[in-house]
Amino acid sequence: MDINAYIASGILELYVAGALSENENKEVYQLMREHPEILQEVLDIEAAVVKLTAAASNNKNAGLLQTIKDKLTFNTSEADTKVISIAKPKYNWLTYTGWAAAIIIGAGLFWTLNQNKELESNLNTAEIENAFLEEQIANSRTKLADSKKLLDFLRDKDIISVPLGGQGEFANTYAKVYWNKKDNSIYLDAQGLPEAPSGKVYQVWSLKLNPLTPTSLGTIDDFNTDDNKIFAIANANESEAFGITLEPEGGSETPTMEQLYTLGVVAAPAP
Amino acid sequence: MQLEVLISKFQQKDEKAFTELYRMYGDSMQGVIYNIVRDHAIAEEVMQDVFIKAWNNANSYSAEKGRFFTWILNIARNAAIDKTRSKAFKNSRKNLDAEYFVDILQHSDSLDDQTDAIGIKKFVSQLAKKCIEVIELLYFQGFTQKEASETLDMPIGTIKTRNRNCIKELRTIVLK
Repeated sequence: MDINAYIASGILELYVAGALSENENKEVYQLMREHPEILQEVLDIEAAVVKLTAAASNNKNAGLLQTIKDKLTFNTSEADTKVISIAKPKYNWLTYTGWAAAIIIGAGLFWTLNQNKELESNLNTAEIENAFLEEQIANSRTKLADSKKLLDFLRDKDIISVPLGGQGEFANTYAKVYWNKKDNSIYLDAQGLPEAPSGKVYQVWSLKLNPLTPTSLGTIDDFNTDDNKIFAIANANESEAFGITLEPEGGSETPTMEQLYTLGVVAAPAP
Repeated sequence: MQLEVLISKFQQKDEKAFTELYRMYGDSMQGVIYNIVRDHAIAEEVMQDVFIKAWNNANSYSAEKGRFFTWILNIARNAAIDKTRSKAFKNSRKNLDAEYFVDILQHSDSLDDQTDAIGIKKFVSQLAKKCIEVIELLYFQGFTQKEASETLDMPIGTIKTRNRNCIKELRTIVLK
């Protein structure tokens, strides 16, 4: 190969310019390695072109290198490893105890919150129970007052007690009338009567015996729902006997004798 | 330091190697870029892009493919030409004249400070138009020999010999 002719062809100038194909570049590269004259020629061409192109720069880029460097991350390997080896032990106990403390505090806080929630819920239940008990006490007081009132009434010396016995097929029923003639009122204790069938009510009668004259004292509409089955009824009559019949709802003008449950005669007042 | 060693260190992300290569080729790249964009601020912007790109893609270079100078020259030319194609650039510089690198040299003040300045100034003032054109296209613009041949409407062989003679003349002025 004629080296001089190759150099003179101008291919090396194009090589530096980057105007050759990939294969031509490889060929020049091989020849450069084999022939120092070719390499030297390339170096000279390159040096001349670098100078020419540099002459076209405004040449005021003193700070530019630093600007570029600031944007790059350099591989300053020694410093890096040192930083890591110093930083590692620092990490160990401080970090782990820190995390452990944080977890313990977190768990404690969670437990406390839970406990608080439970207590609040217990308190709530207690308050409800309390209100319920207060209500029961109030009820009991009312009942006690009622009972006292009833007891006072029954103990009154003017009270006439009239037992009413079961009649006919209702022989197993009974009732009792406590009559206070002074204030014209009776208490009827009707515990011995069965519940009134639907559509029917018990009706209380005041009776005169000669001749037999019944006077209605009214119906007991709330018989089935009443707890103690004691009913206060006004009675201004000179009653000689009391009777209870089962009547259609709303009561009847005259007692239905077939449905006469109980009957009792007022004993003559003691002399 | 041997260029091969320097490049090898550069490829291993060595800061000193980077600094050295920048010192060797920075002005050259700046000249090429400025010749294309004709704006100092934009030229600096492109310079940053070029050297950061070179840094990040250092391992894509291999001596088999060409000179390191040629490799970074290609990056610079492409980045500068890309810039001139951007919308923002077109809007700001609509009337970019088709000037040659010689205009910069003839009108540059800073050139006086350089050692080779007088010689280069003399060179470009004496340079025949045929040299200016071919150097502009092949070195500053990055045309392939075929592209240059078509643009200047002359055979590839003529391009090669003409370019050879022009560079030979340049070498006698700047490399003594």
